[in-house]
Amino acid sequence: MRDLLRIGVDVGGTNTDAALLRNVDVLATIKTATTKDVIRGVSAAIRSVLTAAETSADEIGSVMIGTTHFLNAVVEGKHLERTGVLRLCGAATRAVPPMIDWPQDLRDLVDGGAHLVGGGVNYDGSPIAPLDGRAIRDACRQWRADGISAVAICSVFALVDARMEIEAAAIVAEELPGASISMSHRIGRTGLLQRESATILNASLHRLGQETIAAFRTAFAEIGLSCPLYLTQNDGTLMTAEFAERFPVFTIASGPTNSMRGAAFLTGLSDAAVIDVGGTTTDIGMLVGGFPRGRSEGAAIAGIPTNFRVPDVFSFGLGGGSLVRSEGGLRIGPDSVGFRLSEKALCFGGDSLTSTDIAVAAGLIALGDPDRVKHLDKALIRDALGQMRLRVETVLDQMKPGPEPIPAVLVGGGSMLIEGPLEGVSQLLRPEHFGSANAIGAAIAQVSGEVDNIVSLEGMTREAAVEEIVKEAIKRAVEAGAAEATIIVAEIEETSLSYLPGNAIRIAAKVVGDLAL
Amino acid sequence: MKSWMLNEADIDRIGLGVGVLGTGGGGNPYLGILMAKAQLRQGRMIRVILPADLDPDAQVLALGGIGAPTVGIEKMEEGNEGERLLRAMEAYTRRRVDAVIADEIGGGNGLAPMTTAASLGIPLIDGDGMGRAFPEVQMTTFFIHGQASQPAALTDADGNVLIVTQAKNPEMLEKLMRAGTVAMGCSAFMATAPMTGDFIRRYAVPHTVSQAWTLGDTVIRARADKSDPVEAIVRNTNGKLLMRGKVSDIDRRTVGGFARGGLTITGLDRFAGRSMRVDIQNEYLVAWEDGRALAMVPDLISIVDSDTGRPIGTEEQRYGLRVSVVAIPAPALLRSELALCSVGPRAFGYDFVFSPLGQSAEIQPVAAFRNDPADDVPFHARAQLGEA
Repeated sequence: MRDLLRIGVDVGGTNTDAALLRNVDVLATIKTATTKDVIRGVSAAIRSVLTAAETSADEIGSVMIGTTHFLNAVVEGKHLERTGVLRLCGAATRAVPPMIDWPQDLRDLVDGGAHLVGGGVNYDGSPIAPLDGRAIRDACRQWRADGISAVAICSVFALVDARMEIEAAAIVAEELPGASISMSHRIGRTGLLQRESATILNASLHRLGQETIAAFRTAFAEIGLSCPLYLTQNDGTLMTAEFAERFPVFTIASGPTNSMRGAAFLTGLSDAAVIDVGGTTTDIGMLVGGFPRGRSEGAAIAGIPTNFRVPDVFSFGLGGGSLVRSEGGLRIGPDSVGFRLSEKALCFGGDSLTSTDIAVAAGLIALGDPDRVKHLDKALIRDALGQMRLRVETVLDQMKPGPEPIPAVLVGGGSMLIEGPLEGVSQLLRPEHFGSANAIGAAIAQVSGEVDNIVSLEGMTREAAVEEIVKEAIKRAVEAGAAEATIIVAEIEETSLSYLPGNAIRIAAKVVGDLAL
Repeated sequence: MKSWMLNEADIDRIGLGVGVLGTGGGGNPYLGILMAKAQLRQGRMIRVILPADLDPDAQVLALGGIGAPTVGIEKMEEGNEGERLLRAMEAYTRRRVDAVIADEIGGGNGLAPMTTAASLGIPLIDGDGMGRAFPEVQMTTFFIHGQASQPAALTDADGNVLIVTQAKNPEMLEKLMRAGTVAMGCSAFMATAPMTGDFIRRYAVPHTVSQAWTLGDTVIRARADKSDPVEAIVRNTNGKLLMRGKVSDIDRRTVGGFARGGLTITGLDRFAGRSMRVDIQNEYLVAWEDGRALAMVPDLISIVDSDTGRPIGTEEQRYGLRVSVVAIPAPALLRSELALCSVGPRAFGYDFVFSPLGQSAEIQPVAAFRNDPADDVPFHARAQLGEA
């Protein structure tokens, strides 16, 4: 078997990290400042890590990128395409029109006209109304006149029966050739409004997805990379570039996942807390079975409520660049000098007392000139370290599944600030390469497929229903780039629905496998 | 007559307040908030009036949602459900309906009649039938004080209407309504028998829309000036802070469609070394410390986020949350001997009598100090039109 060389890149708000791995060995890691032009920054990071590992581009088998590119597009309201919305609902749901809970500025940018037409099903699969093909064609004519070429389709209970969405998509494709069409049953979970919003976001990011992937390809060709490209998605798994073009919205909340997966890889722990201390913030999350624990409620993306399953991460303003103030009671953060640490911090000759200076003065880390922080009051240093530790301990305790002590992993460039032992932690690890756990997490990521459906158990056994859902999840994983033979079931969640007769249950399944190379 | 015309900021405050009054249950008010705002954005108005200003002969219809929350968030309301019920009821009783009221102020149902009030231009009464949330239809001060079991009506988003013309008692009505709801796809909108203005003046829990608004306003103000929102809730309700701590244990199970179980809260700060157990039956029912029940149904037990004052529902609870347990005295109408038979501890299977927290706080109705001009036909003139 030939050696597998791969590069993981994680684009964060402050830093872009890259790691080069041969199989499971980390050959090199580098950290650069994130640039305004993300593509250029990623290229630069890849060049440096290739140099650091003394490897040439043609040896690389794959590149995995975790990027906030698409999230930034939404937050900044740039590059979003105006999107037509087709809701298949019959008379129902009209009291809550599409995009009603979007921030007005984003809605103004994206709203390309919504049409609520006949269609949709009940929880038991019976139709609410027949699909109104004529109304769909009328909507398309309107969109054509308005120059709309992105369409989001969302049917009531699409997760019980997706056929009307598929049928409607075929009509739209016929009327608006070349339009990018997003269907809600592939995007979100139960909860019409949030699923619809996620589908609209996906449709509006579609063109940017294509352009971004094309730009990455061009940039990689310049470096001499000819390997496949993957992007990390919200749950920390990968999707192929082709898949990312169609589902850019799945990258949108992928931020914290990569470091958590990296922490699992670097320590071999599959169940632990991960404490990721960056330049400005600390993220604390929980690994369960090697993957980040998901939040039960959905995520708001740039103020838009969606129901993506995102990692349950608690973020707070403590990082290596956090400002330390002692007047009127000791306060650390939440403001930070961020990426300007090397000019602002006392230990680098700057004029701001930062948390890093405290760590240098305490001898936790050798950085800059220790003489410049010699004058700091011993009590201040002790109190500051104590306060930082206490804040981590308090959040950690909120995140833990129960009162028993659990292992914890410290990662991120700022993790030297935290001095163990920590209350409630059975074992505190800071693995080698802790500063680039995010890029390593991207490099070792697997591929997943997820399905979350409501099924009626009338005329079907529970086992058969689960099997069908798992089969669909496997199909999606293969579509996203997994090698079918390596796929295992990572998660099956069954929820019986209260007050519902007919044995309706909700089954969510997630499978993961290795990349097909 | 004093009026209060709701604006979007009012809806946000009421939405937050109904969560506190929901005592852990009552359903998520999020869609209700959106629907009410959608009405305002269409230029319609939601006018709230005081029960005391009702003409004794006026006809008032109590409205609320019924069904499975999972269905409600997917097959959402069409928007004319309340109007359809109201028309069906008018046709059946041959009496005009003059105003609407919520069956249950706690949770999402507290906002349920707003769409109807807005689209028909009829007033919403500042009050409700529970003053909080309860799990069953018949647990309202209306039924407790003799509201008829019939007629009652049910409708769905597709336009079907069911009228119950006879139900032997409120429990039977609840059964019939549940069956109808299942036939309608497990999510429906419900109206119980129309009540007179006189009946509402006597037996509706008064000024609970204002109470929800005041609670929400208090929390939002406390957040803005960085003061303690939990203290603000306590002060505002004549309530008691029973515990401030973290959730250290939860047990939760579903029995016959109802969530049951309990949670343990371990004290922090000035409560360090103490711990509290709160029983759950859809709502928070009884708060225990050292084997003593410190607060019990029908007094309200609300659990809110200690930092933000955000109400936390029973299904949202998990280990480690920093919460405060606030007990709020139940309104006087729920504390009578008669009411306690239906909503006291024994009605929920406990073997002890109700021991009240104290007097509920006087609620200042918003209409009294806001006194917004109402430009439509004066309500009493309409009410006198009486029979259709």
